[in-house]
Amino acid sequence: MTPLQVALADGLTMTRRNILKIKRAPDQLGAVIMLPVVLVLLFAYVFGSMIELPGMSYREYLLPGIFVLTIVSSAQITGYTLTLDLRKGVFDRFRTLPMAPSAVLTGQTLGDVLMNAASVVTMALVGLAVGWRVHTAPHEAALGFLTLLLFAYAYSWVTAAVALALRTPEVFNNIATLVSMPLIFLSNAFVDSARLPGPLRAVAEWNPVSTVIQATRELFGNVAPGMPAPAAWPLRHAVTATLLWSALLLAVFVPLANRLYTKAVSR
Amino acid sequence: MPPAITAEGLVKRYGDVIALDGMDLSVPEGTVLALLGPNGAGKTTTVRILTTLLKPDAGRATVAGCDVVADAARLRSRIGASGQYAAVDDHLTGAENLEMVGRLYHLGARRSRQRARELLERFDLTEAADRPAQGYSGGMRRRLDLAAALVAGPPVLFLDEPTTGLDPRARAGLWETIAGLVAGGTTVLLTTQYMEEADRLADTVAVVDRGRVIALGTADELKDQIGGDRVELTLTSAGDLHAVRQALASLAVGDVRADDAALRLTIPVSDGTAALTIALGHLAAGGIAVRDAGLRRPTLDEVFLTLTGHQAGAPAGTKEQDR
Repeated sequence: MTPLQVALADGLTMTRRNILKIKRAPDQLGAVIMLPVVLVLLFAYVFGSMIELPGMSYREYLLPGIFVLTIVSSAQITGYTLTLDLRKGVFDRFRTLPMAPSAVLTGQTLGDVLMNAASVVTMALVGLAVGWRVHTAPHEAALGFLTLLLFAYAYSWVTAAVALALRTPEVFNNIATLVSMPLIFLSNAFVDSARLPGPLRAVAEWNPVSTVIQATRELFGNVAPGMPAPAAWPLRHAVTATLLWSALLLAVFVPLANRLYTKAVSR
Repeated sequence: MPPAITAEGLVKRYGDVIALDGMDLSVPEGTVLALLGPNGAGKTTTVRILTTLLKPDAGRATVAGCDVVADAARLRSRIGASGQYAAVDDHLTGAENLEMVGRLYHLGARRSRQRARELLERFDLTEAADRPAQGYSGGMRRRLDLAAALVAGPPVLFLDEPTTGLDPRARAGLWETIAGLVAGGTTVLLTTQYMEEADRLADTVAVVDRGRVIALGTADELKDQIGGDRVELTLTSAGDLHAVRQALASLAVGDVRADDAALRLTIPVSDGTAALTIALGHLAAGGIAVRDAGLRRPTLDEVFLTLTGHQAGAPAGTKEQDR
């Protein structure tokens, strides 16, 4: 087998391990599914009935924002799990085996993106029940879901790198919340970024989370017809920009996380 | 035949703390070497370097003909390692744990499954094979962890404190298993804090202190070196203590220790049973009351005290951690 084939085979073995873990300990999966259900219902009924949008229901506008909010916070599970495993010494056994070292992180991120897929499906179903609709062709909608999962996968690697640099679950949780909160709220998830004041507006328009939300809105057809077209480049070319962001995050954080993993476990 | 494990002048530092200070080892093929020492002596650090988990700061080492640094990838396919904290996945069943390890040794799906079943049977885990390891007892977890180390049938096996924390019955069971492996020709390096464990399993014992080997030999050689067995007498009156100490001094092969508070005398002797009989005869003849009398093997503490001049577990200037 070539090194690449070994890395792929080992990555799949590790993914299987993580799927089995999710199956046996469904508490994490439960959290990943319950949180979005609660969020969809809360936001749909609390904000959804207060805010008026020209030409469409706020709930439809809001749902893609909730999708992205949820996958970004669920992707943190990758980092959190790694810090726990690091503490328990789980990696020592793997490192004495003739396996590809990269398989540990590949398996973790792939397992987590599958968990995120389950949470996206749940949100979509609950969304449909409360009035969210897809107004585009099936292939566009499919592309919308794939875009969400691609970004979730890329963001998992970001949290992996952060976790392996910080190494303790407590510190990681604090820092991850500190990073993800502004990412989620300084975006167009709840309001049109064009209506934010000066500097906040620039941040929101160039925030990758805004880009993903805009791309999902377009692919599901949840853009209000009465709203002005966005001015910032990443929002005008949201789908392309999302693909670029995901590629950039993967290109930077996959090698970085692998390097940090080697450093973290050989102490 | 070249030795299965060699180490020459291994050095490892953690900041100011020197974990290994010129560790030399040589383990002939098919034999068992026990690294005996207290926490912080450098046992685990040695195992971590030999299993490629750590790189040494200086020195070199080979395992099964592979250099631990330059040839680490090839080395890993020739060893099995079982740790202090059984590294099994709680949520996976016993069978799944072993199958996963087989796949990661690249045995293929079918061979991995077959190997898992064989090992579960051999380690008496067949009944628990399809239950998550979470519900296993401490002894079962260790057995599963040991089975995982054997999946690829490695010629060299590393066992880091294989029985620490186990109850006596589970410990005896694991000893039997390890002894069986050795009979099959596997080279084993194990670390332990228990003289008894080294005694039971090892061909050669290396006593480790402050990152280096301070004594090497068979368990019997080491014990003879520090005076074989101990006769321990507990009296009922403090007044008798020193008289008895003087009277029995001729039996001792080292310093007699008197514990005034516990009214206890500890006498190192060479021929245990004979010495105990003489001592009791003397006490009976003198009409001295005895609360307790017995014969015991030297403890690791005593081996240490004799070899190093300081108490085990409190090495001066060394941090209290087993790295």
